[in-house]
Amino acid sequence: MTHALPADAPAPKTPTSSRAGRSRSSGARLGAIFGIVPFTAYLLLFLAIPTVISLFSGLFDGHGRFTPANLTALWDPTVLGAFWASIWLSAVTAAIGVLVGFLLCYALLGFRPGGVVRTIVDAASSMLAQFGGVMLAFAVIATIGLQGFITLWLKGAFHLDLFASGPWLYGMPGLVIAYVYFQVPLMVITFLPALTALRAEWMEATLTLGGTRGVFWRRVGVPLLAPSLLASFLLLFANAFSAYATAAALASQGAPIVPLQIRTALTSETMLGRQGMAGVLALGMIIVMAIVMTTYALVSRKAARWQA
Amino acid sequence: MRRASALAPRGFLSWAVVLVIGAVFAVPIIAMIEFTLRDPAGGHSLVHWGALFNPANTAEFGQIWIGVGNSAQLALVTVAIVLVLLAPTMVLVHLRFPRLRRVLEFLCLLPISIPAIVLVVGFAPIYLVIGRAIGTGIWPLGFAYGITVLPYAYRAIQANLGGIEARVLAEAARSLGASSRQILTRVLLPNLRQGLLSASLISLAVVLGEYTIASLLNRQNLQTALVVVNKQDPYLSIILTLLTLLFGFLLLALIDGVSGGRRSRRTKGRS
Repeated sequence: MTHALPADAPAPKTPTSSRAGRSRSSGARLGAIFGIVPFTAYLLLFLAIPTVISLFSGLFDGHGRFTPANLTALWDPTVLGAFWASIWLSAVTAAIGVLVGFLLCYALLGFRPGGVVRTIVDAASSMLAQFGGVMLAFAVIATIGLQGFITLWLKGAFHLDLFASGPWLYGMPGLVIAYVYFQVPLMVITFLPALTALRAEWMEATLTLGGTRGVFWRRVGVPLLAPSLLASFLLLFANAFSAYATAAALASQGAPIVPLQIRTALTSETMLGRQGMAGVLALGMIIVMAIVMTTYALVSRKAARWQA
Repeated sequence: MRRASALAPRGFLSWAVVLVIGAVFAVPIIAMIEFTLRDPAGGHSLVHWGALFNPANTAEFGQIWIGVGNSAQLALVTVAIVLVLLAPTMVLVHLRFPRLRRVLEFLCLLPISIPAIVLVVGFAPIYLVIGRAIGTGIWPLGFAYGITVLPYAYRAIQANLGGIEARVLAEAARSLGASSRQILTRVLLPNLRQGLLSASLISLAVVLGEYTIASLLNRQNLQTALVVVNKQDPYLSIILTLLTLLFGFLLLALIDGVSGGRRSRRTKGRS
């Protein structure tokens, strides 16, 4: 606390008349209400209205009439395929992220908190989780692209052609590799606090009571961590599902996943019969995100219960 | 200092896992550095880095400087939104409308659940109107960015606000005769400066990395410029990516220093 009061400060003079006090406080209350108006207006204009537009723009035609016609487009095989691809990509990269991130967090328990290794991993994780996007796509291309560092090395040292089976890097396999680079760091950021909240005394107690390390993990550790693991998986899923920039820079042609289909719909909005398509796709994404994030909120409340 | 946890794996196993995963994450960085060092004549040299200072590349640098300038403007607007709109509202709600706290939290964290690509669909008609009304300048895009940084900024400020007993401070100041404005500017904001600083820095980091909204609303920022340059001169774009990453790393180290400084001072005060 930086504000210490001098011990012998003179008694403050406060307005004594209760009527004056009341009218002042009601005036202050009115002022306070006006105080939250600007931010509320901002949220209304730039959060509420855009969300409502993206929720419903697919359901109305150019004249403002309700039209379910666009909704049927959700059952179009290419759209269904894109949703399936998005969900598959998010699930696979979230699973890899949870697995590798868990291993890394577990290994980090072997290092002193605040020590060099933990500090480096912490800093690198928050850095890499934040800086995905376009630059990640460049990094992947510089590594395993046609002229990439690893590609050329494999070719030179082992006569191995990474691209013998076609340009897979610019499709789903490339996206999986790229996404793992922001999923693992996010896992470290979200899961490490849960893992460090697991108390070493509980292990000692298990051992004292005749259990083994295996018994501890099976009966205490894993059941306690399960909600945190599930919550992390859901967060990683949502993270991959909403990612756009990396995929946009990597897969510059074609639209295998929903965010890229929205790009196509937005940039060809003038095409006849495609109006409102972006809105319908956005609605589909919001539905998936709402399910995932609601489950996340419920699970993480359960996960937080034992971490004081 | 506390020893490593009894839960930890054996020492060599810890090292093995950290080193293997660390290597996998270091490879792309090394690959990018190696890529920028390739000499068109064969072998490695600094020729591409030298091109940074070659006046013949002004066309490409024009793109980049426009992008950097626009991103700087956007960062300014976004940070202003955080400091002028978000922070005072948070303080006000904390002190005067405690019942609204949960609502405010929900609204501020909501943008995590709405992908940027979905927001773009809603922003597109709004920015069409804004473009007609006040022109297609870059700065109004900052209003959209203010929404995307909201969850991060909220968390940074809330962590600070929850720790200073703002209510007690405000009561104390009021009983000493301070006006509402004095309470805010002379008592609360100075105590919140670390939270405000890390909220501003994280907003800056997010804005510098933003691509989705700018590219789909046809505005130029640092990231869209990188994509354009990448098609003309991949070496230059990778050099600039490395420099941006370095800048981002310093920025996040600064954020860590800001919040870490608070943490260590607090623990020191306790002992």
